[in-house]
Amino acid sequence: MLYRETGQFKQSYASDQAIFPILQDRIGLAIILAVAFVAIPLLGNEFVLASLMIPFLILSLGAIGLNLLTGYTGLLSLGTGAFMGVGAYAAYKLSTLFPGINILVWIVCSGFVAAGIGILVGLPSLRIKGFYLAVATLAAQFFLQWCFVRISWLYNDNPSGAIEVPARTLFGIAITGPSATPVTRYYVVLVIVAVMTLIASNIVHGRIGRTWMAVRDMDIAAQLMGIRLLRSKLLAFAVSSFYCGVSGALMVFLWLGAAEPSAFEINLSFLMLFMVIIGGLGSLIGSFMGTALIHILPILIRSLPEALGLPLAAATVEHLTFMIVGALIIFFLIVEPHGLARLWQIGKQKLRVWPFPY
Amino acid sequence: MSLKNWLFAAAAATCLTLPSVQAAQAEDSIYVPLFTYRTGPFAGSGTPIADGMHDYLTLLNERDGGIGGVKLIVDECETGYDTKKGLECYESVKPKHPVMVNPWSTGITLPLIPKAAVDKIPVLSMAYGLSASARGDIFPWIFNPPATYWDGFTQILKYIASQEGGDVEKLKGKKIGYIYLDASFGREPLPLIESLSKELGFEAKLYPVPAADMQNQSSQWLSVRRDRPDYMILYGWGALNSAAVKEAVKTNYPMDKFISIWWPSEDDARGGGDKAKGFKTLNWHAVGADFPLLADIQKYVVDAGKSQAAKDKVGQVLYNRGVYNSMLIAEAIRTAQQVTGNKVVTGEDVRRGLENLNIDEARLKEIGLEGFTQPVKLTCADHNGHFATFVQSWNGSAYEKASDYITPMNDKVEPLLEADAKAYAEKNAPWPERTEACDAK
Repeated sequence: MLYRETGQFKQSYASDQAIFPILQDRIGLAIILAVAFVAIPLLGNEFVLASLMIPFLILSLGAIGLNLLTGYTGLLSLGTGAFMGVGAYAAYKLSTLFPGINILVWIVCSGFVAAGIGILVGLPSLRIKGFYLAVATLAAQFFLQWCFVRISWLYNDNPSGAIEVPARTLFGIAITGPSATPVTRYYVVLVIVAVMTLIASNIVHGRIGRTWMAVRDMDIAAQLMGIRLLRSKLLAFAVSSFYCGVSGALMVFLWLGAAEPSAFEINLSFLMLFMVIIGGLGSLIGSFMGTALIHILPILIRSLPEALGLPLAAATVEHLTFMIVGALIIFFLIVEPHGLARLWQIGKQKLRVWPFPY
Repeated sequence: MSLKNWLFAAAAATCLTLPSVQAAQAEDSIYVPLFTYRTGPFAGSGTPIADGMHDYLTLLNERDGGIGGVKLIVDECETGYDTKKGLECYESVKPKHPVMVNPWSTGITLPLIPKAAVDKIPVLSMAYGLSASARGDIFPWIFNPPATYWDGFTQILKYIASQEGGDVEKLKGKKIGYIYLDASFGREPLPLIESLSKELGFEAKLYPVPAADMQNQSSQWLSVRRDRPDYMILYGWGALNSAAVKEAVKTNYPMDKFISIWWPSEDDARGGGDKAKGFKTLNWHAVGADFPLLADIQKYVVDAGKSQAAKDKVGQVLYNRGVYNSMLIAEAIRTAQQVTGNKVVTGEDVRRGLENLNIDEARLKEIGLEGFTQPVKLTCADHNGHFATFVQSWNGSAYEKASDYITPMNDKVEPLLEADAKAYAEKNAPWPERTEACDAK
């Protein structure tokens, strides 16, 4: 009843091709943005901002990156963690080599470095697919991780072997380093993630996205239709790695504050892949939902016993969290193998015909 | 399907409200969070450490009613040895005004180093973390007693020299193998090895073990068999230690010439079976439960069912290490109470308490730990102390003390520390100048 496009006439091609053609969707998006930009910073405490929202947004960005590659183009990648690492190390190197230039510039530039590496790794994708490609990206993961440990130039010969984040400002306000408040960091991350999500949405709805989906669904058919496979696959790798790289740079500079090479190990790649699969392959909102399930839910479950006053040992809570989250993942995958995004879509469809389903 | 939407809405709502319902702390208590890892790949080492730390502080609450009459609130936060979860723990305890944090992971320590001065929460990273943070003038909020990894390495070298029957000159012409975790922790001694091997004339053979291959060291030990080093030095953690002992036994390496830094536990050595006898590690405190304090822990905490530790675990190496860590915490709080005159101390007070920390023989006896360890004294400039450690040897069922206390080669370590601390401050420019005044003693 509420969610129905009846009576919303489209009088131009532009309005017909809009990303959100239905008025209610636009209102919904406006509410989400208002909550993100106004309500959360106002209502949330430091813990909510620093431990829930900032990591959630940063990981979502990485999940979007992987989704562009795996979900939209159908190229399975196990190197997400390493691509994020490339972004982080590139941002670290660039910002320490040229400290005069604003850190945000370097965070965006680090995405281009990651994109370059992504193209190199993507080269074999023309000849190999599926599991074979996954193995090739796995090799990239191990190789890049080895570089992070072994090439001391990457971490400026720090004896600790870690990259540390120098304090940097924007318009005189500290945005990285210890004195940056969670609220400032949250806004910086939010703006970057919102803008990049919008760009991603435009890419996947446009010619490039359609090309990718054609390649995903059947690459020979796509080739026969005149799509140049090498170009579109490499573009997918480049754009995907760009997103992952920026996400990795944000992770170190605005979330962790310092990172050892182990922060970018294979576990991170798997985690990102879980987020994308549980959220829904080939869906941007799914990337956010998957990240919420993998990152936010365990923290909520962990804080539940304390909030309820249950005297449980920290380790017990941790074990319970593992079990509950694991069970929920299986539950969601059984209920809807195509991920949370598909559930969301079904929900919207049902709402549309409610109260007279057919 | 609207039920699902409701679920999402409910989840979103809880997401905003839940963590803000954190219980406010009572005004007349001291909040001491413990970052522990009883889960995850390193739980084998993390559990006894967590038990030791928890039980000592619980004992103080049960037996003495806290420190100086003020109850301690001991709160465990599970990190799983994961940096991200560790930071989450830090954020979750921060609003409760902790008097100090013990990250128990180098990965968690590093991001906390710049934060400590801003949040006014001292960090006690006991013999791990950033070695350079021993310098109090540059890192006023970070403490890493009783020794750094560099100290440990020179102590092992001195022990080897004494086995050869003399001074460090005896190392000349010897072949010393170094098997280590190929991560920041194991790589830290590399610059020291490079300079010392030239200076003292020994040949160093390096066997890095990548973190992903901790349990598979056959290729490294194949090289060991080929190179036949006179001594082997081990810098490992978790599964790396037990795998190294097993491989050394398999390659028939003489165990009494295999010396590790202070992290292997009883279980690591036991895995090697009978032939692991003679395996040596550094340590700075006694093993065993034969101390009045540990008897009290048995009586007031373990027997009373207030501990998660099994009775026979009390007194093991890593359990006692947890006890030692908590002794530092408690004594720092006590010193802070004395220095500032406040009963309910804050992070700033405890920072001063740590700088004035002076646990002498008499105090150790008072605590009930006479002969447990050497006296600890920290100063404004020296946040580490570079204290002596001894070598203990595995006899098949327990570790036995196998040497006297060995002092580190301070003249070799100090220049490295200084250069390193300076480099850290430069790379992290603008690094804040120390503004905290030193207490006159």
